[in-house]
Amino acid sequence: MIIANSDVILSVRNLTADVDGTPILKGLNLEIKAGEIHAIMGPNGSGKSTFSKVLAGHPAYTVTGGEVIYKGQNLFDLDPEERSRSGVFLAFQYPLEIPGVSNLDFLRVSFNSKRKHEGLDELDVFDFDDLVRERLDVVKMDPAFLDRSVNEGFSGGEKKRNEILQMALLAPTLAILDETDSGLDIDALKIVANGVNQLAKPENATLMITHYQRLLDYIVPDFVHVMSEGKILTTGGKELAQELEARGYDWVKAEDVAGVAR
Amino acid sequence: MTATVENLVNQPYKYGFVTDIDVETIPKGLSEDVVRLISAKKNEPQFMLDFRLKAYRQWLKMSEPDWPHVHYPAIDYQDITYYSAPKAPEEKKQSLDEVDPVLLETFDKLGIPLSEQKRLSNVAVDAVFDSVSVATTFRKDLAKEGVIFCSISEALHDYPELVEKYLGSVVPINDNFFSALNAAVFSDGSFVFIPKGVKCPMELSTYFRINTEGAGQFERTLIIAEEGSQVSYLEGCTAPMFDTNQLHAAVVELVALDDADIKYSTVQNWFAGDENGKGGIYNFVTKRGLCAGKNSKISWTQVETGSAITWKYPSCVLVGDNSIGEFYSVALTNNMQQADTGTKMIHVGKNTRSTIISKGISAGRSQNSYRGLVRMGPKADGSRNYSQCDSMLIGSDAEANTFPYIQVQNNRTKVEHEASTSKIGEDQLFYFAQRGISTEDAVSMMISGFCKDVFNQLPMEFAVEADRLLSLKLEGSVG
Repeated sequence: MIIANSDVILSVRNLTADVDGTPILKGLNLEIKAGEIHAIMGPNGSGKSTFSKVLAGHPAYTVTGGEVIYKGQNLFDLDPEERSRSGVFLAFQYPLEIPGVSNLDFLRVSFNSKRKHEGLDELDVFDFDDLVRERLDVVKMDPAFLDRSVNEGFSGGEKKRNEILQMALLAPTLAILDETDSGLDIDALKIVANGVNQLAKPENATLMITHYQRLLDYIVPDFVHVMSEGKILTTGGKELAQELEARGYDWVKAEDVAGVAR
Repeated sequence: MTATVENLVNQPYKYGFVTDIDVETIPKGLSEDVVRLISAKKNEPQFMLDFRLKAYRQWLKMSEPDWPHVHYPAIDYQDITYYSAPKAPEEKKQSLDEVDPVLLETFDKLGIPLSEQKRLSNVAVDAVFDSVSVATTFRKDLAKEGVIFCSISEALHDYPELVEKYLGSVVPINDNFFSALNAAVFSDGSFVFIPKGVKCPMELSTYFRINTEGAGQFERTLIIAEEGSQVSYLEGCTAPMFDTNQLHAAVVELVALDDADIKYSTVQNWFAGDENGKGGIYNFVTKRGLCAGKNSKISWTQVETGSAITWKYPSCVLVGDNSIGEFYSVALTNNMQQADTGTKMIHVGKNTRSTIISKGISAGRSQNSYRGLVRMGPKADGSRNYSQCDSMLIGSDAEANTFPYIQVQNNRTKVEHEASTSKIGEDQLFYFAQRGISTEDAVSMMISGFCKDVFNQLPMEFAVEADRLLSLKLEGSVG
């Protein structure tokens, strides 16, 4: 499905959600259109990661109110696997190790489930092997990684690059990067950012969850949102990120408390 | 998370049927008379009766061990039938045409290839129903190579000297409580003899099927590989679903002479009891291989998926210099199953080597323990052991334990031990789900990857089966 540039990919209205009965999201509103790059920043505990997990459908979180429309559909009608196959991709903050399952197999099964969902033929082992080797370049990864178990023994940077490799193969419509920059040195950061930038297209959209402004020097956002206590308090352009860096989050919270109109 | 985890069809144990056939049983209970009766029914030579009686008298003086990490209600040894066999004429069938069609049908249903058209051309099968061997395929072809593959009962008639020479040489009568019991009342099992220099031309396999409720199953298997010979043997087992527990106390002895190679594989799928732990087989087995000769090799591969309780330690005694012992195991427990299994590698000779790869998978509310012994004897100069024990936990109520024992009496040896624990929990499954992979496929991939090293050791025809069997047994276990 080709999405025209002005199409809304994600529309979040008054989303509330909790984990183990504790409310975390308390009325979140957001709209993401095709071709856009968004960043959500905020202090620890603001609910940024929770938001990304709720969008992906993690079972530990319960949606208690509000709605999320993804590509015209109620997102919560879909299982996590279905969301993935419809193009929702979450690059995890802490990618898990899966001993015994090779990267290559994992990538292939994942890729083929999307193909099947789209009514396309699945790729066999050989064709897929060719495809994946091409894509390795996006994240500058050594082919030797393919035979290793998923993330097993990978450094932090390698794990994050592996996430972006998966993204390169699945070509998602909505890519959610959950603190992808955490734990990365400057070189790894540049490779990851480069990969994300290569994959950003007019038909898809990217949502970055991040603490630090640094990543946004490399992946330049169209919109920066500041989140605190389960809500988005303010939205601005990339300059907002720099202002936060200089003044800290308390400034935004103070302004919100004072009821400054936005 | 996909809500279908609980909705996944929990495949019922598809081997749970009972075959309606006339069987001859003796009344429950054990006494010297019962032992004599069993021996008489089989028309055994005198030495065999003496062996049994000695074992029985020994058993009376022994007490049941209580050290394993398993719990079960006390077994009433007088409440078991010690002999049950399909009613049939005395002589063994010469051809499959003469075997009761009901029995053939049973094995057919179990997927065991007995009939001419269905059998795998490179696998000879000995089919044991309750306590009795009912058919053995390819015997003539094997006999041409000098290979003897028949039931122990027949071996006692046709090759008594061979049996007398080796029976009890690896697992002596008084080795343990259950082996003593087995030595007294064993009914049948397989006998394999590979003469010097012969590489057995086909896989040999025995399939054990328990059918009669309340009957104990006591098989005895003896495999002898003479100098320079080679054989690969596989045993499979299933049983009907009864509410009561049944005791399966078997003994397997392997003897490898100089330069001989024995590969022994087991795929065990005894009825495991229901989700609440009612019913199921008690699988208390003693298996031991003696690497008597120089450069000999014995390799155990087991896939244990059934039984209410699995208690066994296939072991190798490495006497011959340069001999090799191997143990590859996947033990799966689900629901309320319990397993205390592992191996013993006893290094006696010089430059002996052993490898242990144990994979335990615990799901449901089960308990799965690995117990292993590696002993380096005072004369085992230059010997080495490598052990790897991995546990995988599925869900949050299962239990996994490891009890390794290492005894080193020689400082010119090397012993290595590695262990790891991993789990299939919500987070792992979510990672797969977020990449579009269903829960079923995710579990299957993770288990396959986990068991790879062991499945690679199984004869090819059975490796695929083992993979599928595990997926089947784990259906509905996640969530």
